[in-house]
Amino acid sequence: MRKLLFGSLIRPPLTEPPPRVSDAAMEELATSIDKAARRRLGHSLSIRAVDAGSCNGCELEMHALSNAFYDVERFGIRFVASPRHADVLMVTGPVTRNMEEALLRTYHATPAPKWVIALGGCAHDGGCFAGSYAVLGGVSKVVPVDLHIPGCPPSPTEILKGLLALLEQVKKKGRVP
Amino acid sequence: MPMLSDVIKASHLVPAHQPWPRAVVDVPVWIFLAEALRDGHLILLGLWGEQHAVHMALLDASDTSLGVVSLAGLQGTYPSVARYHAPALRSERTIRDLTGLQPQGLPDTRPWLDHGRWDRRFPLGHSESLPSQAVHYEFLPASGESLHQIPVGPVHAGIIEPGHFRFTANGETVVRLEERLGYVHKGIETLIAGVDLAKAAQLAGRTSGDSTVAYAYGFSQAVEAALGMDIPSRAVWLRALMAELERLANHLGDIGAICNDAAFSLMLAHCGVLRERVLRAADVAFGHRLMRDRIIPGGVAVDLEDNGNAALRGLVAEIRRRFPALVELYDNTASLQDRTVGTGRVVAELARQYGAGGYVGRASGRDFDARRILPCSPYDELAFDVPVFSEGDVNARIWIRIREVENSLSLVDQILDRLPAGPVRIEIPENTEAREGMACVEGFRGDVLIWLRLCGQRIERCHLRDPSWFQWPLLEAAIEGNIVADFPLCNKSFNCSYSGHDL
Repeated sequence: MRKLLFGSLIRPPLTEPPPRVSDAAMEELATSIDKAARRRLGHSLSIRAVDAGSCNGCELEMHALSNAFYDVERFGIRFVASPRHADVLMVTGPVTRNMEEALLRTYHATPAPKWVIALGGCAHDGGCFAGSYAVLGGVSKVVPVDLHIPGCPPSPTEILKGLLALLEQVKKKGRVP
Repeated sequence: MPMLSDVIKASHLVPAHQPWPRAVVDVPVWIFLAEALRDGHLILLGLWGEQHAVHMALLDASDTSLGVVSLAGLQGTYPSVARYHAPALRSERTIRDLTGLQPQGLPDTRPWLDHGRWDRRFPLGHSESLPSQAVHYEFLPASGESLHQIPVGPVHAGIIEPGHFRFTANGETVVRLEERLGYVHKGIETLIAGVDLAKAAQLAGRTSGDSTVAYAYGFSQAVEAALGMDIPSRAVWLRALMAELERLANHLGDIGAICNDAAFSLMLAHCGVLRERVLRAADVAFGHRLMRDRIIPGGVAVDLEDNGNAALRGLVAEIRRRFPALVELYDNTASLQDRTVGTGRVVAELARQYGAGGYVGRASGRDFDARRILPCSPYDELAFDVPVFSEGDVNARIWIRIREVENSLSLVDQILDRLPAGPVRIEIPENTEAREGMACVEGFRGDVLIWLRLCGQRIERCHLRDPSWFQWPLLEAAIEGNIVADFPLCNKSFNCSYSGHDL
């Protein structure tokens, strides 16, 4: 273990820029989230993930946000265990009827001000599951949505872009009461 | 004694069912087979229903032959298999929920996927409209001194899929765990009925996101079996390449995540890096990080170019360079071993009885890997080991994954070395008849079974059986006698699919 830890000390970090010129999109994202997040939230944004019927693809990419390449926590963005600690609900899936009540209860358990992000194609309009007897067809059918992040599943970079867009939107409109 | 093939030979064989036979049997034979399941001569691979029929996919334990037996022309009921063989229980509760067929003598008559919230009942049967109304669900009782219950879910603390766990504990020790699933039921089997092959492949590939390659692989193979198609050999090899990349990504993610649930986050950090490298290489090679919609009936959607080849070669070299140190770290960290060794034990007999696939079965002595037992090209030409452990604990399930990572690296190498040239896709031939096909593909989690009936160019009925069906019940057994705090560890070491199970 000592060798591994020592190796991590002397090797350059894997974490992709803020300050790296080659990956322009990522850099732009990283710095803007940082600035906007700081202004609005005093350094932090807490996200509670709710799977409302996803295939688990979106969850995999959400997990990836925490790996060394994206390291979302460096922006003060973190995933929390309880909706009571959250600023943002990040909801995936077409919202199955069997999850409707759980989603609503999670929403009500989240203190205002709060935002809802619908992550992935299914969360937008049900995706390829739209029309099923078992799904409601999109997060906005159950709770008000502030932002949709498209993709099947959206890549970690796209999710980061979405978080930035949310912060921009909030700057213009103010918080959802 | 090869019982299954004898029974099938003596019964009414269904024409145009490929590659394994399907036979319509009568009720006494059905019960005879259910008893053979109970006695361990047969392994249950799947059990599913239609409005007037019920089908059971079986594996003969003596000669590993495979077949499907059906009861046809049913009028509302059929004899329950679960009455004889417990692993069939959840499948039969599902058959009742979806088709309305009543399994006679079913030991547990509570609904399973139907929580009373859909706007109809029996969607795969005669589908009656019904206002949505949540029904009370009675958990199994546990009695004794100072027992208390802990309800968990459906919304969990981490970034995980939803499901409900009802623990009954005595102090810290779990006396009983009961799972309640179905929260992510999307009605995939109803949606897929009647659609064309392109849309159906899309739905199949979204049954379980972490196994999107395995599902698309199985679905495409089943379609090709039904239509008697021979796809180009380059496509066959590219499919296996994607399947091994998916296995690598998931196993690496799991090894890190299991250790993280034992509060050893260093492994998660390092394994997370390797997993990300797999996804990025897959993105370069096939244009999608999870390789979703890349396998389609008739072949594969994208060819592997030179830059993709180089990315995969680089990936294999990088993992080979980094992984051994992580294995050593896992093996030599006493505090971590203290959590994983002896925790969440599944006894071999249960793994055998339930026909548990993947690392759950192989960690408990069940030597089954669809790539080996039901060999199809290119695996019959490739060299790989099927690791089997007998301890059945969290540690064994980690070691299976470690060995499979090593095997998959070797398989990726072998495939890249020998990848044939040529086209990667052929057109779907005209078809006007009703034809049936099935496939059994080894996903990272275990064997994925796909059965379908085509009518012309459309799917009439498709059943997608996730390996989790026969792993979830074992988690209930594995946690018994462990402390509540070890549940996340046990659960992650199983890493069952919710979406694949709930459909």
